[in-house]
Amino acid sequence: MTALGTPPVAATRAAALGTRLARAPWGLYLAIAFAALLLVAVVAPQALTTHLPTAIDYQAALRPPSLAHPFGTDESGRDLYTRVVWGARDSLTIGLGAAAVGVGLALILGTLAALGVKPVAVVVDRFVEIMFAFPALLLALLLIAIAGPSAATQVLAVGIGTAPGYARMIRGQILGARDSGYVEAATALGHSRWRIVRAHILPNALRPLVAVFALSVGQSIVWASSLSFLGLGVAPPASEWGALLDAGRQYLTTAWWLVVIPGLVIVAVALAATTIGRHIQARLEKGER
Amino acid sequence: MTPTSSSELTAAPGGTPSAGPIAQNAVRPRRARAVGLTVLRKVGAAVVVLWGAATVAFFAQLALPGDRATTILNIRAGQAQARTPEELAQINQQYGLTRPVIVQYIDYLRGLVSGDFGTSYQQYRPVTVIIGEQLGSTLTLSLVAIAFAWLIMVVWVTLTAGRGPRLGGVGSTVDVVTAGLPAYWLGIILLLVFGLGLHWFPIISGTSPAGIVLPALTLAIPLAGFMAQSVRTEFERSLEQPFVLSARMRGMGEWGIRLRHVLRHAVIPAVTLSGWALGATLSGAVIVESIFSRPGIGSVLVSAVNSQDLPVVTGIVTLVAIVYVAANLIVDVVYTVIDPRLELT
Repeated sequence: MTALGTPPVAATRAAALGTRLARAPWGLYLAIAFAALLLVAVVAPQALTTHLPTAIDYQAALRPPSLAHPFGTDESGRDLYTRVVWGARDSLTIGLGAAAVGVGLALILGTLAALGVKPVAVVVDRFVEIMFAFPALLLALLLIAIAGPSAATQVLAVGIGTAPGYARMIRGQILGARDSGYVEAATALGHSRWRIVRAHILPNALRPLVAVFALSVGQSIVWASSLSFLGLGVAPPASEWGALLDAGRQYLTTAWWLVVIPGLVIVAVALAATTIGRHIQARLEKGER
Repeated sequence: MTPTSSSELTAAPGGTPSAGPIAQNAVRPRRARAVGLTVLRKVGAAVVVLWGAATVAFFAQLALPGDRATTILNIRAGQAQARTPEELAQINQQYGLTRPVIVQYIDYLRGLVSGDFGTSYQQYRPVTVIIGEQLGSTLTLSLVAIAFAWLIMVVWVTLTAGRGPRLGGVGSTVDVVTAGLPAYWLGIILLLVFGLGLHWFPIISGTSPAGIVLPALTLAIPLAGFMAQSVRTEFERSLEQPFVLSARMRGMGEWGIRLRHVLRHAVIPAVTLSGWALGATLSGAVIVESIFSRPGIGSVLVSAVNSQDLPVVTGIVTLVAIVYVAANLIVDVVYTVIDPRLELT
């Protein structure tokens, strides 16, 4: 959602905004089209490119965007457009992986904090509260300091960094469902605790999770590329987008496209993920009413 | 905001004529006690969170794989090599690594309380000194960024909120897009346009006042977008309140209403976010300081992460957590004290 992190009250506001965004479906179509394009880039990058990402041509080094090289070329004359397309696989894998780790961990912690037996719930709740005191980026940096920079650490660090925020959100959802009228009715009917949890609380509380996951993918890609940008993620030979940014930084004064264009791609992916996530959220809420 | 029964009980001076001075005197100490208890509970919860954060920081230092003394020496040398027992003994002595973990833990907590964050593996200096040298720069950046964010947000929302679907739509779209901009990209665009292109601001942010503008804007623009989202909702809700209608009937102009009546209600959610904003700008400083080659705890943190200098890393992370928790606590306590609806139990 933001490069700065999710504030504690984001959920309801995002929902209100979602309905507003949902009224402009062209944004949604654009986002879906872009997502489809990304999927092609991940599965078959050669279908979208004419060069190879590693094809070096010193004659054409640091060329600005042109017809032959729509995104320009880097210091070794490699075509930036090709590198961006081929980098989609790394970037999206890291983004999806981190989102899966983050939301998965949050699901476990949030459910335990809301529905666990008393001592477990209290301890988990406090633990989430404590982890939430660390801003996501700093928590990620702490993990990288311990494990050393690598793609795997990056996925874990971003996932663990963002998990406390989502865990709080999921806990809130479950508690909301638990205190609702239909759960009260089920309790009055004498249904067992487990049956109520399984049949009423979880399905209702976890439905928004699809939207949360979509939002989290966009956010995770931004976080992960931030780490690469700081030189603490995937190393530059890879064409992961954050690594492209980091490699392009030293040519900032002479070759702006090396940083601006990969950055623009990341922003576009994050926006597309947010648009799709909010649309799902809005649809779910309309269904509930 | 409908008055509840407790708000009638606690709504301080004036009161209803029938309540009289005696009833008021009976209510005041009870309210003071309720407020006091609530504040105490919140402080207690914050202390528990901080203790937990310190515990996480301590165990993070233990989590480095391998023998700690060897690791510390390797971090210092920048390469892995075999160590003699004498070398190891000296490090073990200096950091007290041979003592039981529980003793080290209690020592660590005791140190934190008295302001001792340990000693850097690499720089041979206390972490507090290293942080102390750089904290002023980062804190200034944070506060300037928050001030910019408020300015941008208030102007933008007052101009665009509740102005019909088209302008309002543009306004809220801009909110969403700016809130999602990654700091590194925004910073580089600002640097390219206003630093390298127009030469309005220095490219490398030194200590000059002009140097802080671009880094602060980099942090402020996404923050403004985020605050604007919640303030806009509140602003549009307030515009439909009876007090706006009554102001209009008194002949007050649109601008007067927006600035004097509506804005005051609308900014409340942004005030609630100020604790979070401080944490967000402090952690965002990590990236911004790197882009603008600005000194501060962010750049210290990045180099400490690179060299695995864990006492410095945990020191900075813990400090930001303390600032964040404290700021949220203050916001929370102020709300408790000024909110007349606090339940008397």
